[in-house]
Amino acid sequence: MTDLPTSPFPALLVGLPILLATLSLFFSARVKALVGLTGCLLTAGLALIAFFEVTQRGTVIHILGGWEPPLGILLRMDSLAAVFIAMTAVVGFFISLYAWRYFRAQAATTGGFPLFWPLWLFLWAGLNGLFLSNDLFNLFVTIEVIGICAVALAVLSGKTGALFAGLRYLLAAIAGSMAYLFGVALLYGSTGTLDLGLLGQVLEPGTTTTFSLLVITLGLMIKMAGFPFHFWLPPAHSSALAPVSALLSALVVKGAFYILLRLWMEVFGVSITYAAGQLIGLAGAVAVIWGSWQAFMQTSLKLIVAHSSVAQLGYLLMIFPLLILAPGVTADSAEWLSPTWTAGVYQVIAHAFAKASFFLSAGLIIMALGHDRIESLRDLVGNMRITAMAISIAGVSLIGLPPSGGFMAKWMLLKGIFMSGQWWWAPVVLAGSLLTAGYVFMLLRLAFAPAREIGTFRPVPKSLEVLALLLALGSFLIVLPADYLIQFLESSEVFGSGIESILKGGAYGND
Amino acid sequence: METYQIYTLTSAVLFVIGIGGIFASKHFIKKIIATMIMGGGVFLTFVSLAERDALAFADPVPHALVITGIVVAVASAAFALALARRIYQLTGEESFTDDK
Repeated sequence: MTDLPTSPFPALLVGLPILLATLSLFFSARVKALVGLTGCLLTAGLALIAFFEVTQRGTVIHILGGWEPPLGILLRMDSLAAVFIAMTAVVGFFISLYAWRYFRAQAATTGGFPLFWPLWLFLWAGLNGLFLSNDLFNLFVTIEVIGICAVALAVLSGKTGALFAGLRYLLAAIAGSMAYLFGVALLYGSTGTLDLGLLGQVLEPGTTTTFSLLVITLGLMIKMAGFPFHFWLPPAHSSALAPVSALLSALVVKGAFYILLRLWMEVFGVSITYAAGQLIGLAGAVAVIWGSWQAFMQTSLKLIVAHSSVAQLGYLLMIFPLLILAPGVTADSAEWLSPTWTAGVYQVIAHAFAKASFFLSAGLIIMALGHDRIESLRDLVGNMRITAMAISIAGVSLIGLPPSGGFMAKWMLLKGIFMSGQWWWAPVVLAGSLLTAGYVFMLLRLAFAPAREIGTFRPVPKSLEVLALLLALGSFLIVLPADYLIQFLESSEVFGSGIESILKGGAYGND
Repeated sequence: METYQIYTLTSAVLFVIGIGGIFASKHFIKKIIATMIMGGGVFLTFVSLAERDALAFADPVPHALVITGIVVAVASAAFALALARRIYQLTGEESFTDDK
């Protein structure tokens, strides 16, 4: 591990946002926003440079302070981490610009929420740290940083509803991280190491390993709002300020998914069984149906979008059963692994763009109407043309119509499902798309319907509408470099690999 | 029964009491205390692990980790208490009213 090329970027990606966030705390509200915005632009730029560095040099590492593991901390940036970091940078960049303009437009009545900036930069540092971490304890620290910043951002408005939702979110987050930490303790106790790569080599199947797999998966499922632990997500995401909702939904929940994926692939291979994969896939499938159905039943726009997040995260869980190989099947002969991985990565990216855009548009509608009850969306097309366009484009990507990123994700998922022979997941994917189409078209029908009363829409800054539209377009544009992106991801050790399960049981479908 | 097993079993019991308390109780303070009990169980595992291989000396790594864990748990609890207090000031409510 230590013989890989070193680069300063991994350390900068974590250090710079933390430094600027701390720095911004010392300034007055107005300067805080300026320092914060500058920090966001710098971090986004740095992340993209780091991304190109990885495309040129392959996986790079950084050993913090020259202290080599196991004593010190090693940050590793492989192509999977680079893609996640670049996604965070692009989506974060647009949300930062939006937040700056959005808060400035409301500064007179609300004070402009200056604390958003340091919290968002700390959160960004936590996310970058999470993607770069290479040991279990580091991952724990980064998810804690992310969790606390995310809750603080969620309650930023100080409204009662947000506080209730935030406390529930925080309690769920603490329970999740304690469960995760329990698993970490047991793994350290049985192996004496925390390094992911080393653990993958020395871990032996047994009760302790199975139990730690169980509690770690439980903890991360709570953190990523996987069914049945999704209860905290809709209130927390829907009651937050618009830019915060976008951050929480687009980026924060993906952190826990990333850890879950890494741990299942790299560490727990020895004790993952067919049943475990089916179980987590089932949780995902139920989330897809339940979340979409709940979204369909809501009457306020932000709750629709928040419930839709539960469903879209369900698709991510559905890739796990496909990654588990029957005994005797090797990763090289399992040709469905590549589409499945593509589906997972594209679902993460497409959802990040589309959902961020959706929440930013919802924020604009609240700005224009003063509330977000959907019956008032009548004649949205006439009053807020660009926002209506952003909602429909983002909605099309969530449904998974071609040629969006969401289509790519769902198509590849179906391809993986049929190639692996686990056909029973296919109806879920299709039903999920159908239900998503249900609530997206319900919104669009209202948007095109003639208005009952005139003049309910107050004007909103056009630049904000354009930013939301650009993010929505992003969920389509990501399809263009697909070939290149997949080729790049394949240089990562973990991308395209499968978990060779050790125990027999059940029909694998791919025998 | 070895000392190690007593510690591990105790921490498992604490962990279960804690996670049960988080979901079962509705009062803010009870829920927050439940997270602390859950944390206590986890930290006990860490501390007792330091002795595991009958080494001549205690393994320092779990102790270093547990300090970080405790700091994080204290910070989270403080944050949760601050939120609970703020809710109480604004609404006078001390517990979640609906089913969660």
